Amino acid sequence: MALEHADVQRAAHLARLGLNDDEAAGYVDDLGRILEMVDMLQALDTEGVAPLAHPLDATQRLRADEVTESDQRDEFQRCAPAVENGLYLVPRVVE
Amino acid sequence: MHDKTLVELARALDAGEFSSRELTQHLLGRIDRLDGELNSFITVTFDQALAAADAADATRAKGNAGPLTGLPLALKDIFCTRGVKTSCGSKMLDSFVSPYDATVVEKLRAAGTVSLGKTNMDEFAMGSSNENSHYGPVHNPWDFTAVPGGSSGGSAAAVAAGLVPAAMGTDTGGSIRQPAAFCGITGLKPTYGRVSRYGIIAYASSLDQAGPMARTAEDCALLLGAIAGHDLRDSTSVARGVPGYSKELAAPLNGLKIGLPREYFGDGLDPAVEKATREAIAVFESLGASVREVSLPHTHYAIPAYYVIAPAEASSNLSRYDGVRFGHRCDNPADLIDLYKRSRAEGFGDEVKRRILIGTHTLSEGFFDAYYKKAQQVRRLIRQDFLDTFEEVDVLMGPASPTPAFDLGANKDPVSMYLQDIYTIAVNLAGIPGISVPAGFVGQRPVGLQILGSHFSEARLLNVAHQFQQATDWHRRRPAFAEENA
Repeated sequence: MALEHADVQRAAHLARLGLNDDEAAGYVDDLGRILEMVDMLQALDTEGVAPLAHPLDATQRLRADEVTESDQRDEFQRCAPAVENGLYLVPRVVE
Repeated sequence: MHDKTLVELARALDAGEFSSRELTQHLLGRIDRLDGELNSFITVTFDQALAAADAADATRAKGNAGPLTGLPLALKDIFCTRGVKTSCGSKMLDSFVSPYDATVVEKLRAAGTVSLGKTNMDEFAMGSSNENSHYGPVHNPWDFTAVPGGSSGGSAAAVAAGLVPAAMGTDTGGSIRQPAAFCGITGLKPTYGRVSRYGIIAYASSLDQAGPMARTAEDCALLLGAIAGHDLRDSTSVARGVPGYSKELAAPLNGLKIGLPREYFGDGLDPAVEKATREAIAVFESLGASVREVSLPHTHYAIPAYYVIAPAEASSNLSRYDGVRFGHRCDNPADLIDLYKRSRAEGFGDEVKRRILIGTHTLSEGFFDAYYKKAQQVRRLIRQDFLDTFEEVDVLMGPASPTPAFDLGANKDPVSMYLQDIYTIAVNLAGIPGISVPAGFVGQRPVGLQILGSHFSEARLLNVAHQFQQATDWHRRRPAFAEENA
């Protein structure tokens, strides 16, 4: 499955990764060769093989729905780039 | 002091030959003198280290010392450490001071160890050479023109150079075992779920696992015992008792059945690495083990499967870096999308972007079945290969890497770099444990023997590696860099 410039731009947008056209062009060749290497998988017959998501086939453990964490908002917001009154600051979304 | 093992240092501390403060000061002095050149540390925590050493000495004076009390080590900069910069080798987290400790860090502190700082690594653990670090490449102490391996390259180089007796690493596709091999030290990747991932900055969550890097298997056993175990804060950690890893080290290897996967001795293997590996295996035969050839028929599908699964998980895990809650934020964003896009474009390096793009592409509409589902199916076949061989043999052995450490700057092409990990990646896909032990040299550059076992066979792997280290002295060799700068 060949990869085109538009595919790279599409993935970059989905990943919210800013790439200008020149930068995207730089990735077309690299990503194309990675996908070519990955395409080797298509040669293998996997009919009827269940996908393996967890190496020990474990499933998510459930726990009681109880509050176990204390409020550490101030401490956790200390590493945030911009906060005010306990809120994260971002550019205005709704005018 | 600096070329002793943890076990030797513990004995010396017990005997009062020196204090933990003296030991810590000696190693901090070496880091200060030597690491400018080596670049194995991102952050050195001088003050905290001395305070921890003093606390350890006080504990010992009261007669309450445990086996790790007062022993210095370093942490890969992927482990969150409260109050200390935790960068993961990325510009994105250059200003991130973690508000909490990883479970591994908490356990090591509770055991009385003294952390000297945070070691260099490939950005977000993506790389096999440590050349992808925002903080510059690390040199290999055996040969400064060579890479130390990656992604735990700083941890491996710091141990090899005698800056610390041990360090913690993480291994998603070989990132403990390959740098251990390249730097001539011992490195263990435990079974997936054996060690809590809580507070370890996530790369590929179904593959990531933390483990010890040290001079000997005996030291790795000591450290694994301290960090292993169930953790309610990591739902993928396994609720299973932790055996006494040090207790089984002395068991003789009579009757041990070793399998040599034929696929690990094929095309692309450096003949000198093969020779060293086969000589190491002959040592096991002299210790009473038997050797037979086995097959892992899906070996060559491991790298393609990994480069679907790991980037897919990475693209999801790394979506948290949005310039809002922590990490790099661009200046003067025009709107929210611009904030995301520019913060991420400026904060991530080239290889990280490459993997985010691959993962996003393969998970996107229309491609999911052909890539992700297919890779997960192949992953099951790869695991089955291992389960089948462990019906016949106790352990598998082969080279940790097809070549010794390559030159800095030698692998410019990402795909050729990925192919270097042919012997380590399948192990993460299968979730089994593996250890690399020093097994010779090609010229100045070390060769690592990789030993693999079934799920939760760490005690056996450590026993097998320890018996090899009782019969050989490769693990006692030190690079000239460490000796000349004593």
